[in-house]
Amino acid sequence: MEAGLYAAFLMIDRETVKNVAKLARLGLSEEEVDTLGKELSAILGHIAILREADVSGVSPTAHASRLSNIMREDIVQPSYPPEVLLANAPDQEDNCLKVNAVLEES
Amino acid sequence: MTELYKLSISEAGELLRQRKISAVELTRAHLDRIRAVDDKVRAFTLVTDDLALKQAEEADRRFESGATLSPLTGIPLAIKDVICTKDITTTCGSRMLEHFKPPFDATVMERLNAAGAVMLGKTNMDEFAMGSSTEHSAFFPTHNPWDLERIPGGSSGGSAAAVAAGMAMGAYGSDTGGSIRQPASLCNVLGLKPTYGRVSRYGLVAFASSLDQIGPFARTARDTAVLLQAIAGADPLDSTCSARPVPDYSAALNGRSPIYRGIKGMRVGVPEEYWVEGTELGVVEAVRADIEILRELGAEVSDVSLPHTKYGIAAYYIIAPAEASANLARYDGVKYGYSYRDTDDMWEAMEKTRQYGFGQEVRRRIMLGTYALSSGYYEAYYKQAEKVRALITQDFDRAFERFDVLVSPASPKVAFRIGEISDPYQMYLQDVFTIPANLAGICGISIPGGFSDGLPVGLQLLGNIYAEDVILRVADAFERVTDYHTRWPKALP
Repeated sequence: MEAGLYAAFLMIDRETVKNVAKLARLGLSEEEVDTLGKELSAILGHIAILREADVSGVSPTAHASRLSNIMREDIVQPSYPPEVLLANAPDQEDNCLKVNAVLEES
Repeated sequence: MTELYKLSISEAGELLRQRKISAVELTRAHLDRIRAVDDKVRAFTLVTDDLALKQAEEADRRFESGATLSPLTGIPLAIKDVICTKDITTTCGSRMLEHFKPPFDATVMERLNAAGAVMLGKTNMDEFAMGSSTEHSAFFPTHNPWDLERIPGGSSGGSAAAVAAGMAMGAYGSDTGGSIRQPASLCNVLGLKPTYGRVSRYGLVAFASSLDQIGPFARTARDTAVLLQAIAGADPLDSTCSARPVPDYSAALNGRSPIYRGIKGMRVGVPEEYWVEGTELGVVEAVRADIEILRELGAEVSDVSLPHTKYGIAAYYIIAPAEASANLARYDGVKYGYSYRDTDDMWEAMEKTRQYGFGQEVRRRIMLGTYALSSGYYEAYYKQAEKVRALITQDFDRAFERFDVLVSPASPKVAFRIGEISDPYQMYLQDVFTIPANLAGICGISIPGGFSDGLPVGLQLLGNIYAEDVILRVADAFERVTDYHTRWPKALP
């Protein structure tokens, strides 16, 4: 990995912050766009040490369990009644979750 | 007789079985203690008095009828508020889940309930377990029983403080990067992070699924063994939970048992890379002295190198936020939790729900994780971090070919003042000694290892995968010749 490529990442500008926030569906105040940009730049600056690690020939490890594919019979289990699952719902109607319109009218 | 809340679980269990005390008396003693000191410590987000007394009565009926007993029958415990408790509010320290009542029990809770344990309440934590001080709780900070002006560590700060202050005989927490071991260290109690896959994560609200483990807090090694025993083992509801048989953790600690051999000849490694700049002198001195004690007990102590240690924090702060950003995508204001309703626009509702429902640190980590996983940065950050994780795991694999246990400080600092650390990265550095074990999936424990200017120092013992019995044996042997674990905070006698 080239050092220059990392250096280019280290300044997280307002546009990038807004873009990432949109990907995460995270609303931010204008002030937060600035502070998060600075904080993330600083954190990523520390994290850039990763580039020094010699990882040639290393396979990525996504998991610490060192187990593989624990299989079991697929047995049908009783589920919860809808009213139990909906007890925490912010809004509901006729045993369904109620949300704002997803599709806009044309 | 000494105060009931100062007993260990094994002492109290003996008295319960001999019917010298009742579970109701024992539970009342702890509820009284909570009433007396928790307005200062603020370890609990919820005290479940009625449930606790009901469970205690049930435990007493078990003792009367001679029904099946467990070492935890009638023992009052505290549960970190990240573990789902059926019909009992489980907040995760977040506004997002302030009123959330899970429709099910975590597997750990099912096992504790079956054992007849008593739940005193839910304990405070950094929001979604992200933090090292419990200051990131959306509700209030928890105070360290050893100095009420200071933090108890985190994220399981409430559980550690509850056990340290005698408000619970034991507690459970979760450890993703040190969230059990670091607060245990700062509060002078034992805190054990099991091997990844030793304990079911079903019903543990997810932070970083490849790192999270539930584990116990206690005031003795023997109690820690009993608390781990109750929750360890396979669970069909968690496919990452191992089917490997669970050993009898208490057996290896019993000095009268034929298999007890102390730690004579045990190979203890001292990782060179763990003596880093920035570790407080008082911590270094206490841990050096602890290592001498292990040597005097007959352990063969020598240095070992874990060359990739310096990359641990960087790899962790890519991997954990990346997993968190995916896990926390579920909080959308639709199914449960806080929901912003003051708009007809679906996306705006979702964005504002997440803006107002999550606190600052959680938002920061979602942003960091989303960034690391986003197109163009994935290879440079996430993929690289996963490779470094493999290297860190190899370091430990090699070390455990030559050593039975590795020792280090659990935390570079003793408990710091509330508000003292405001820079996010400085806070992340508090987990420098604990993070590598999570990345490699090995087990670790912090045990009371002395004091620096009156504040507790934790000694961390790291063991190979599924070697919880080994680290517990070292903890127990150390306890037999030291009195650190018996000391009580002066602020709360």
